[in-house]
Amino acid sequence: MGRKLLIEHVHVPGIETLEVYRSKGGYTSVEKAIKTMSPEAVVEEVKKSGLRGRGGAGFPTGLKWSFLAKPPGVARYLVCNADESEPGTFKDRYLMEKIPHALIEGMITSSYALGAHTSYIYIRGEYFYVARILEQAIDEAYAAGWLGKNILGSGYDLDLYVHIGAGAYICGEETALLESLEGKRGNPRIKPPFPAIAGLYGCPTVVNNVETIAAVVPIVNEGGCEYAKIGIGKSTGTKLISAGGHLNKPGVYEIEMSISVEEFIYSDEYCGGISGGKKLKACVPGGSSVPILPADLLLTTANGEKRMMTYESLSDGGFATGSMMGSGGFIAYNETACIVRNTWNFSRFYHHESCGQCSPCREGTGWMEKILHRLENGHGKMEDIDLLWDIQRKIEGNTICPLGDAAAWPVAAAIRHFREEFEYHVKYPEKIKDPNHFHKQSFLSSKQSVTI
Amino acid sequence: MPKVTIDNIEIEVPEGTTILQAARMIGGDVVPPAMCYYSNLKTSGGYCRTCIVKVSQASAKDPRPMPKPVASCRTFVQDGMVVQNTTSPELLEARKGVVEFLLINHPLDCPICDQAGECDLQNLAYEHGAAKTRYDFERRTFEKIDIGNKIKLHMTRCILCYRCVKVADQLTDGRVHGVMNRGDVSEISTYIQNAVENDFSGNMIDVCPVGALTDNTFRFKSRVWFTNPLDAHRACTKCTGKVVLWTKGNEVLRVSARKDKYAEVEEWICNDCRFEHKNMEDWNVEGARKTAHDSVISQNHYENIDLQKLKLEINRQIKHQGGKKIKEVYTQAQIENKK
Amino acid sequence: MSIKETKFNSETLALCHKLMKRYPEGKHKSALIPILHIAQAEFDGWLSSETMDYVASILKIQSIEVFEVASFYSMFNLKPIGKCMLEVCRTAPCWLNGADELVAYLEKKLGIKVGETTKDGMFTIKTVECLGSCGTSPMLQCGAKYYENLTNQKTDELLENLKRENKRQTYTAY
Repeated sequence: MGRKLLIEHVHVPGIETLEVYRSKGGYTSVEKAIKTMSPEAVVEEVKKSGLRGRGGAGFPTGLKWSFLAKPPGVARYLVCNADESEPGTFKDRYLMEKIPHALIEGMITSSYALGAHTSYIYIRGEYFYVARILEQAIDEAYAAGWLGKNILGSGYDLDLYVHIGAGAYICGEETALLESLEGKRGNPRIKPPFPAIAGLYGCPTVVNNVETIAAVVPIVNEGGCEYAKIGIGKSTGTKLISAGGHLNKPGVYEIEMSISVEEFIYSDEYCGGISGGKKLKACVPGGSSVPILPADLLLTTANGEKRMMTYESLSDGGFATGSMMGSGGFIAYNETACIVRNTWNFSRFYHHESCGQCSPCREGTGWMEKILHRLENGHGKMEDIDLLWDIQRKIEGNTICPLGDAAAWPVAAAIRHFREEFEYHVKYPEKIKDPNHFHKQSFLSSKQSVTI
Repeated sequence: MPKVTIDNIEIEVPEGTTILQAARMIGGDVVPPAMCYYSNLKTSGGYCRTCIVKVSQASAKDPRPMPKPVASCRTFVQDGMVVQNTTSPELLEARKGVVEFLLINHPLDCPICDQAGECDLQNLAYEHGAAKTRYDFERRTFEKIDIGNKIKLHMTRCILCYRCVKVADQLTDGRVHGVMNRGDVSEISTYIQNAVENDFSGNMIDVCPVGALTDNTFRFKSRVWFTNPLDAHRACTKCTGKVVLWTKGNEVLRVSARKDKYAEVEEWICNDCRFEHKNMEDWNVEGARKTAHDSVISQNHYENIDLQKLKLEINRQIKHQGGKKIKEVYTQAQIENKK
Repeated sequence: MSIKETKFNSETLALCHKLMKRYPEGKHKSALIPILHIAQAEFDGWLSSETMDYVASILKIQSIEVFEVASFYSMFNLKPIGKCMLEVCRTAPCWLNGADELVAYLEKKLGIKVGETTKDGMFTIKTVECLGSCGTSPMLQCGAKYYENLTNQKTDELLENLKRENKRQTYTAY
């Protein structure tokens, strides 16, 4: 059994209450940090831990924290990004719903490290009921003196608020999130300046994912070096993986970043294999934005090595033969799934969620969706496949924020690895009339074999 | 002062200069096109992505290239920065993509659009676009609406540059129009048809790079190239009163602000000058408005044509547009050779 | 139906002012989205121009600023909806596990298409993008609640319960 640092006590009855959470060692990181450590020392531990942003980009958290500008007399903010909206990802919801105090404890310790006296948790509007759970937990924390004025008699003050969104994937992008938090449309800002210099209300701001902030708790408790001992290379610690799609046991799993993809899918400790007694066809290992991989490349890298659940191994081979850890939204597809339909589905998502600010994303996402819809419904032409390739190439890298890239990558990867399936849709429109066209007979590619 | 190199041309510029401004200081071909940036409007730019450039060296201190093309209008020059615009084929290809995106949902109704002949999007498409469209779906349309009684909003033509919103924000008090919805159904709209009633609201027409906001008092009166533009001024208490009169004979068809060579308004004018003074007697005429020789507005005034330059331009267009027929017509010699 | 005056009661108004205080001096516009949620719940589940004008007046901002924001976010309804809006997730992980079939079942059962409201004003079907419930799909959201791992039978029970309850389902949890 792998170590669990974040959700070890998830099944303890009453863990959502402060009393039970505290009895399991909760809030010791706040005590340790505030009573025995300087803010800089906390940042140092986070640096040592090698913790990387769990929202998707995987940027080293300690480094991000060290970029925070500290002009005298100017407020600094810590904002938690709980706008979890990446298709395939539901780990933050799980964590906040089950153990809300884990996030609140992390927010207090992290705010102390950054010198923030007001912090916000920006949560997506659809998670209204989770927001209520968090607010109840915050009320408890205030009542017990973990929040408010003069925490633990240290002179350190902190106010923590939950801020609710209203349905917009783009608000997961940190500058769009800040705009939204300021009561505006969720349009990403043009960078630079980065939030570390000018973020919320123009003040220096750090925006971190829920899981990242929760991970600060064990890092402070056990020390950054201890944390860094878990995992392989630059993938330190544990990671929450949201497993969904065609799996026997979908759900949220905390893994040590040292297990193989194969173990994650097939072992009974984790997903327990592919559902319906079918074979694995493909997988999106890190949320809808990351490249889809066919089964063989998912389990083994192009070099023939076992693919591991780490940042490095999942991206081994670059986009040609690899993918990304992303947000850890692990979506498995069995042989009944149609990759063209999946790509259309994702494309529709990005089209729906584009903020419309910059032209390549605003116009390109809709165009891709229309072409994919046409292909999936048997009205496509062979040239459409090359056209799609060209459109995604012209969106990628040319937009204000990464949503353009996120919309382009799944299309690119689907064509790269499953081109034959696209061609099949053009060649045999009558065979794909039924929306569940591969349910009875799966598509057999001449290139890659479906494994195990 | 930082030094920047754009397309192999080095220039020293003041601190806080953007790449686009630096390129404009150099002038000529190195200047990237800009559809949403506007020097006189704060926080404008960054949206249309036509001004993207490649930064092959970020600065002397950090010589790494920037990973993606950047919007030159919103990126500040660093000392030792090396920028590629026309010298980077992949950048030009990316820009061509941006132009295509801007055009896929544009109605291409130039024959009935009042902006034709002075439209930034037409110029952009001509300079940087492809000859053919690859978009074969239905284009998005919106109902036309009136913003007040003087301004017509034809949202179908809009490229969402946000300039008009910034004019309303920065020049007028109490903005009543803005951007609604999101994604590709975003639209400029007034709040429940509230009229824009403000002394400077007419400037929205001048900043609009396309025919989305046009002057209702000029609607369908004339193609711009059949008018005679004159520089004129009058004593005005609200603005400088310096305008361009678009005339036919003795008739003033339209009054607009004066624009520089980047099609940006030099000085904002008030609605009084723009809409309420359509008599020649109201104005002190300074003389003919100078128009760039390659502008369609200057047709029938060909005295300043540089034949050598014209030839180069034709060749460039032939190459760029890949138009076979034009090639056959213009290069008989090549046909002879083929035989 | 009688037209309700667009005005919060004193308790709700006090809540709005409390929410505005969560943000620094002069930055109370931040409370716009939370207050819009309250307004939507209070005034029949949607935001009319009167409601948005009213919210603008509470925050002392221009109505256009409210409309710009309200029209950006997918959870704000700018048209009336049924008492229970069934928001079915249609994104890939849910699709793999039968979201299309769930939508078809609801359409058949209620006799309406996606985007429509039943004649009695009880149900509206809406398809939405990923709700972060991929491991428990197919699912739908109604008001603040998530209904997960839905089968036809569970869907029937849900519809029955909602009918019996016969009240407007809203997001607000304040």
